[in-house]
Amino acid sequence: MTSALLYDRLQFAFTATFHYLFPQLTMGLAFLLFYLRSRVLLTGDAHTEEVADFWTKIFALNFGFGVVTGIPLEFQFGTNWARFSNYAGGVIGQTLAMEGIFAFFLESTFLGLLLYRKRFSQPVQWFATLMLFLGTWLSGYFILATNAWMQHPVAYKVADDGRVFVTSLRGLLTNPWLFWQFAHNMTATVVTASCVVAAVGAFYLLSGQYLSHAKTFLRIGVVAGAIASGLMIFPTGHGNADQVFTHQPIKGAAFEGLFTTERGAGLYLIGQPNLETMTIDNPIEIPGALSFLVYNDLYAKVKGLDAFFRDEWPDNLPLLYYAYHVMAGLGTIFALLFGLALLSLWRGWLFNMKWLLWWLMLCALFPYIATSAGWMTAELGRQPWLVYGLLRTSDDTSPLVHSGNALFTLIGFVGLYLFLALLFILLVSNIIRQGPTSLDPPTMNGPHGTSY
Amino acid sequence: METTWFIIVTVMLAMYVVLDGFDFGVGIVYPFVARTETERQTVRTSLGPVWNANEVWLIAAGAVLFFAYPKAYAAGFSGFYLALILVLWLLIFRGLALELRGQVNHVLWKQAWDMAFSTSSALLAIVFGTALGNLIRGVPLNEDGYFFVPFWTDFQPGSAPGILDWFTVLLGLTSAVVLAFHGANYLVTKTEGALYQRAVSAAWVLGWVSAGCTALTVMAVPMVQPNLSLNFTRHPVVYLAPAIGIIALGYSLYFRLCRRDLSAFLASCAFIFLMLSSVMFGMHPYILVSTTDLMFSLTVYNAATNSYGLSVGIVWFVVGALLILACQIYLYSRFPGKTQSDDAH
Repeated sequence: MTSALLYDRLQFAFTATFHYLFPQLTMGLAFLLFYLRSRVLLTGDAHTEEVADFWTKIFALNFGFGVVTGIPLEFQFGTNWARFSNYAGGVIGQTLAMEGIFAFFLESTFLGLLLYRKRFSQPVQWFATLMLFLGTWLSGYFILATNAWMQHPVAYKVADDGRVFVTSLRGLLTNPWLFWQFAHNMTATVVTASCVVAAVGAFYLLSGQYLSHAKTFLRIGVVAGAIASGLMIFPTGHGNADQVFTHQPIKGAAFEGLFTTERGAGLYLIGQPNLETMTIDNPIEIPGALSFLVYNDLYAKVKGLDAFFRDEWPDNLPLLYYAYHVMAGLGTIFALLFGLALLSLWRGWLFNMKWLLWWLMLCALFPYIATSAGWMTAELGRQPWLVYGLLRTSDDTSPLVHSGNALFTLIGFVGLYLFLALLFILLVSNIIRQGPTSLDPPTMNGPHGTSY
Repeated sequence: METTWFIIVTVMLAMYVVLDGFDFGVGIVYPFVARTETERQTVRTSLGPVWNANEVWLIAAGAVLFFAYPKAYAAGFSGFYLALILVLWLLIFRGLALELRGQVNHVLWKQAWDMAFSTSSALLAIVFGTALGNLIRGVPLNEDGYFFVPFWTDFQPGSAPGILDWFTVLLGLTSAVVLAFHGANYLVTKTEGALYQRAVSAAWVLGWVSAGCTALTVMAVPMVQPNLSLNFTRHPVVYLAPAIGIIALGYSLYFRLCRRDLSAFLASCAFIFLMLSSVMFGMHPYILVSTTDLMFSLTVYNAATNSYGLSVGIVWFVVGALLILACQIYLYSRFPGKTQSDDAH
């Protein structure tokens, strides 16, 4: 790999992963806030309104960080991946432009309203929340349509000069790949938001503050989290795995660390891929499980990596294997934890079970790891292709942006984003410390307090 | 169809400069006109609900450029690599400054974000003006349709230019002055009392400086890019656009004298919109002019996506444009008149 290509890849991976820490909470929280605002509208309940206001403050802060870190991604298609933009712009330009036109204006307009929500009546606040929910999920839809096309190209033709162009917009927007990807990804955002809401509730309850709010947070977080984390595994996770094994068996084999084609292939729960011996070191394996999951047959034959040419293997196999296992492992843990929490909530035990509350509180960070690992699974699994089967990543950088420039900006982004991360942690803990009862935090009690 | 999308991109970019332009302008005059904490609060609250909706015009315009002219997007964004990454970093600071200043009640925290707000606004205004200068002057596209410009070479707009030369720097400074004038006009419509008086004085002075800078720019353009007038010679009636633009600038100053604040602001909107549209009219059909060989230039024809893409795009764009219009009207109508300085929320 040339150094410019390495820096371009690292820069995109870093900025995209960092960016997506914010929108995943934005989208999931938009859904929960819409539920809360609807309840406020229907019941006029002051407690629910306080809960909604508290989470709107965190939503707004989080949204802001998502906005400023999102712009570099669209720009980088042009700045660092010019040959890709030129080659595939005839297809992905459609979905990216539609996101700009349909989603961004909705989001920014109604965020502006929500920031100054105290001036507006409850129905207007409800409407703004609904529009933000629609806008952010629409944004997710167009971005996933773009990614789904890169994973599974449809509705295109190759022109005489080798560039690709869309032949059916409907085909592009209803890419079969997109269905499970959208369902899985959007459910994951609800898992993230539920974990965060439940964790703040657990934190307040354990530290003996804002008890009534804490219980509401826990009820919402646990119920939504239990439903969403269940849906993550079945049907959405299963649906995604199914289409990978059907359309991209090499990617599936790499996820599972299956080096050789086997009948009755096992599922590795843990172990380290060894590229020297082409085996998994220290494996813990469930025999026959992989064959069963893919073909509903304990003895079915599953293609291993040895069935494919080496130059079509994903280029960072161990990282891909770990990313997949971290995602799947954490997903399973979330479903168990939330299942247990839901049971305890239903039986009326939860608010007294300290150890479970501790687990729920610590759980706030893990959906971010699971989601990042999930996206690494999708994107590393697509390598060495940028557009699966059509275009190799190594042919796609900007021809005249040399490695010195790419490294310069990569270092800049890393420094800047570390600063952003510190700021975000500082400010979000500030909001949590101020608590949900003061509508305006103490620092803004003066007559000239300001935005959110 | 290729030209239709050129018009759409032009209008979207011009809308961006008119709308986010007053945000930059407000940022530039902010340290000079707002002296007390209350005044600073009012100034930033006047932008609070709208700046993000203004900024998305840039992202949407960029995405439409990518969609309609992928080749030009690829060449332009990779060629201006350093300048564009700089723009990204500045946009991050500008956004954070507006979002975060009120989050912590400490005088140093506020001062830090005030400085970040003004500095990033001023630099963004300069960089975008410089970018316009680069488009007019042309860039060293090679036969593959790519280029890369460093920040500077010898500061001359020759065949191997840098992002900065005397011409683009002139446009950068003109842009900063004009947007500061525009931002002051916006502030006048939003403020009262001493702050209002200072914004009025700033707008008055900056209006005259804008007129001077515009005159210099209009004289400099034919020296650097004589071809820009070809389309005007072919269709002389279009000379009306820049002419009305200049008249709008004059009217803006006139309205300032007779205290018709909203008209003065709308006149500076018209001035900026018409001047930018005139430049783009002169550019057509070129998107990126090559200084190496005119043959290597990217035009609306050789950079466009296929005809199916362009026509299906019109269908969704019409729907989308109505949505944008509805959103923008709704937003601005929700925050009319003078900004209340005490709207804690």
